[in-house]
Amino acid sequence: MKKSILILTLSLIGISGFTQTIYMTRNGQVSFFSKTPMENIDAINNEVNSMINATTGDIVFSLLVKGFRFERALMEEHFNENYMESDKFPKSTFQGKIANPENVDFTKVGTYAVTVAGDLTIHGIKKTIQIAGSLTVGKDKLTVVSTFPITLADYKVEIPALVAEKISKTLDISVNCDYKLKP
Amino acid sequence: MTVACITFLSCPLVAQDDLMKLMEAESGDTKTVEFTTATFKTTRIINGHSVENVAPGVLDLRISHRFGFISGGAYELFGLDQASMRIGVDYGLTNRWMIGVGRSTFQKQYDGFTKFKILRQARAKMPVTVSVTGSIMYKSLKFEDPTRTNYTSSNFVYSSQLLIGRKFSESLSLQLMPTMIHYNLVPGATDPNDIFALGAGGRLKITKRVSINAEYYYQFPGFQFEGTENSLAIGFDIETGGHVFQLNFTNSTGMTERSFITETTGKFFKGDIHFGFTISRVFTLVKPKRQV
Repeated sequence: MKKSILILTLSLIGISGFTQTIYMTRNGQVSFFSKTPMENIDAINNEVNSMINATTGDIVFSLLVKGFRFERALMEEHFNENYMESDKFPKSTFQGKIANPENVDFTKVGTYAVTVAGDLTIHGIKKTIQIAGSLTVGKDKLTVVSTFPITLADYKVEIPALVAEKISKTLDISVNCDYKLKP
Repeated sequence: MTVACITFLSCPLVAQDDLMKLMEAESGDTKTVEFTTATFKTTRIINGHSVENVAPGVLDLRISHRFGFISGGAYELFGLDQASMRIGVDYGLTNRWMIGVGRSTFQKQYDGFTKFKILRQARAKMPVTVSVTGSIMYKSLKFEDPTRTNYTSSNFVYSSQLLIGRKFSESLSLQLMPTMIHYNLVPGATDPNDIFALGAGGRLKITKRVSINAEYYYQFPGFQFEGTENSLAIGFDIETGGHVFQLNFTNSTGMTERSFITETTGKFFKGDIHFGFTISRVFTLVKPKRQV
């Protein structure tokens, strides 16, 4: 009995402590899209940092708000100055965990439907959300793709009445990240 | 069994917080330079240039009006009976370089300028933005005395400025503008051909879309025309989408560097104040390339 406990303990240490498999990217892509009858607005950030710990199912994202590129320079300025207050809140982050780890096999090449639950921080406001997406396992690499809506009011992003018809109250956020195995 | 549990719990698990820390440590070395944006709302503080540029591929149409002196009284409807105006277009060539041309009713002037950003303020890397501007102004008003020999070159005036600006906080930005203006022909025999001035300006945001601006140009003693005053302007910037409205009060009649820095005659504190406004409207002619 005692021996089996020891073996169990050792194997647990082995799994969770020393053989962590971490995937990372520094140039992931996050974009958003606002669609109204008056105007469509989209912006792309190609400098997103993200890491996935395949051992624990933890997943984190971090991006600089000023890294979003718009079709018009003035939109970009207003986005940073008036809506996101990027000097005050330079980063947006997500910290979460794969909620259905039993559906994903990181050792087998294939595409898996995943649900991720965690905290999304935008404009200094932290919200717990659940996001569905797909995770593709390749050889020493991963791809994560997801699209999910967020409501601007939830993150206290104020839209003045004057432009309310040009900016959608709910934005679609798309994530597209290619990860490499961290050496 | 308890032993197993305790050992398991004390294992060096990488939790979410740690993963975030690990990522920040990993990405630290490739941290991108974060340039300060929107030090001022537009490319002019009031009359003179700010360190802001028009973005590349963007055309900025600017229409500026200055009514007559408020000291004109009720007879002139406090200046509203007269107007001096300038219409101009500016264009951004690159991130750092812009050009512009304009025409003023004041002395039927044509002007052209170029502005280049040498240094850009960046978080933890560079404290100030530094730009240079050069402008040429041509007075096309007919010569006062057509009987004497007049040269076209007499009507040219040149201005060079260094703009040193800093966004201190989200709401406060300040700027210094050492300026030199050269006249080919001066109005009086004792007037200097080169005029040196130091400008100071700033803006204070009241709300996200409205700011108070002020601008003052000090002409150094011995380097100014007789009977001229230093230019002072106080105004508001109001931003609405693609437009910026600038409402202002100034003792200067003209809107080109030579006109307001060296040829201001109004005494601000005696009521020689022009109410005026500038409307700026931007048009995106060339959309920036984005990696999709």
